[in-house]
Amino acid sequence: MTAITHRLGSETLTAGRLPKATIPVAIAASAVLGYALAVLASGTANIGLAILFAFLVFLVTVEITTRVVEGARQAADRRAGNLIAGAFLLALVPLGSVTFEAVSNGLARFDLAFFTQSMRNVVGEGGGAVHAIYGTVYVTGMATVISVPIGLLTAIYLAEYGVRNRLSKAITFFVDVMTGVPSIVAGLFAYALMGLLLGPGARSGFEGSIALSVLMIPVVVRSCEELLRLVPNELREAAYALGVPKWLTIVRVVIPTAISGIISGVILAIARVIGETAPLLIAAGFTASLNNNLFANPMMTLPVFVYDSYAHPGTDVQVYWDRAWAGALTLILIVMILNLVGRLIARRFAPKTGR
Amino acid sequence: MSKRIETTDLNVYYSDFRAVEDVTITIQPRAITAFIGPSGCGKSTFLRTLNRMHEVIPGARVEGEVLLDGENLYGAGVDPVRVRRQVGMVFQRPNPFPTMSIRENVLAGIKLNFSRMPKGEQDDLVERSLRSANLWEEVKNRLGLPGSGLSGGQQQRRCIARAIAMAPAVLLMDEPCSALDPISTLAIEDLMSELKEKYTIVIVTHNMQQAARVSDTTAFFNIAGTGSPGRLIESGPTDKIFSTPDVQATEDYISGRFG
Ligand SMILES: Nc1ncnc2c1ncn2[C@@H]1O[C@H](COP(=O)(O)OP(=O)(O)OP(=O)(O)O)[C@@H](O)[C@H]1O
Ligand SMILES: [Mg+2]
Repeated sequence: MTAITHRLGSETLTAGRLPKATIPVAIAASAVLGYALAVLASGTANIGLAILFAFLVFLVTVEITTRVVEGARQAADRRAGNLIAGAFLLALVPLGSVTFEAVSNGLARFDLAFFTQSMRNVVGEGGGAVHAIYGTVYVTGMATVISVPIGLLTAIYLAEYGVRNRLSKAITFFVDVMTGVPSIVAGLFAYALMGLLLGPGARSGFEGSIALSVLMIPVVVRSCEELLRLVPNELREAAYALGVPKWLTIVRVVIPTAISGIISGVILAIARVIGETAPLLIAAGFTASLNNNLFANPMMTLPVFVYDSYAHPGTDVQVYWDRAWAGALTLILIVMILNLVGRLIARRFAPKTGR
Repeated sequence: MSKRIETTDLNVYYSDFRAVEDVTITIQPRAITAFIGPSGCGKSTFLRTLNRMHEVIPGARVEGEVLLDGENLYGAGVDPVRVRRQVGMVFQRPNPFPTMSIRENVLAGIKLNFSRMPKGEQDDLVERSLRSANLWEEVKNRLGLPGSGLSGGQQQRRCIARAIAMAPAVLLMDEPCSALDPISTLAIEDLMSELKEKYTIVIVTHNMQQAARVSDTTAFFNIAGTGSPGRLIESGPTDKIFSTPDVQATEDYISGRFG
């Protein structure tokens, strides 16, 4: 037997270390250099170009200094870290920009009247979106009431009863197809369905809920199924071994174990549909007044309100656009509140840990 | 309330694969029976047929008879849920319910089945079960807390407490000590010796000393080769199996001259 003789790298255990201040100094230097390069290249102080150049300069500087002082492995580590941080910051740009725009433009009409008045008999200034806010709450609330039981029960069938059988494969396939249905088609479906049942031209909040359910059910099914599958089989077996019937095992062991994830999944599904415009435009229609009856007459919703205010401004365009921005801001806030509430509920139900 | 188990010509399948072939054995009440044998010879599989846990795996099925005090567990009209209430099981890895406190875990069999039980009786049952499992002193001050903070050995003893809270006639244990230190192992072995006064106990173990220490009867399983079904080679009083077994393979396995 011959001894293994090769070595990875050198024999020493220590390696050079860059001083702690290197990275801040590199950032500052790259910023200055990037700005200078941008001015040289385009003649003006283009901020986007400056940041791009600064980032490239930063990458190169860090790469070279690290490679020289600390070695190739650390250089690769820094390179990957910098690229990831860069991608993260890039992804933050649209988020930050949207938030900034919505807040700065939306605050103009984010007042009491906006939340207490509808657009009934309003042309020009004043008015509010109370009819649209109520409508959004009603329509998405109803869509959730329809989708969660259907979605959850389907997921339970897929994960617990129909494992790998033909029916569950077919269901999975069609759920995937449904995920890809364009939202306008969901609206047309609801419109046609209610047209068949109630006569042509019917529009109601409930019709909008049906359209949203078509979009929501597949999302709920997929997320709940994943979460149910994550529950370890050992827990099911533990319950069976105690003489607990299968349905009780599902209701009292499997679902409680997965409940916090299921709630987050449902909230994400709501957030996914609450901003839908096209299907609601068709199915729920639009109106200027508050409608508290989900089952008759058109019902305004926030996305449709935003679209309508933007696309059909009256004589005083700015007034309508201000309302559109305030509507958009309200919608963002609603989604944010939903997420927060979801997190709180999820934390409340999460499996208990700790001593 | 301890019961006798008899199997005749039991064949156990995973879909088309026959994992266990023609096992005929009698398991005595008020005694500990140990199953030993090389990995993959079907000990767990066979054990799980004794409380109808085998069939929860898709495609798994059983041919033959398992008699519990003369009543066939696989007879027509037998409800597996009722079988499992009489034949309890402790798994190799502790599997407590993460959403429940220590106390709720012990009561799980009752609570999950919506059985009504006055609070006083519940408290009493929790204490008795935990005392039987040698765990009461360690957890009596934190019954309401989640059990994830317990050590591995404590968790396993809690799972035993959970199984005996159901007052089963038979207790099946699949390598209950394989993840435990010698002290916890001894605690569980002592516990088994106490429990055999009341229950029929079947234990699967890879630890020869353990089988020799605690069991009254030992059954040796073996396989001819990979892909072939496991068989019961011989079973008998533990003293005899460990000193003068009838079959050479048994002696080889026990003395470590296996394979
Ligand atoms: N869920 C399953 N599906 C298909 N085959 C299985 C399944 N579980 C076990 N088997 C097979 O059945 C045979 C017996 O397995 P079993 O788990 O009963 O062995 P064992 O004697 O308990 O082994 P160990 O001592 O390692 O726990 C093995 O060949 C195994 O691969
Ligand atoms: Mg096993």
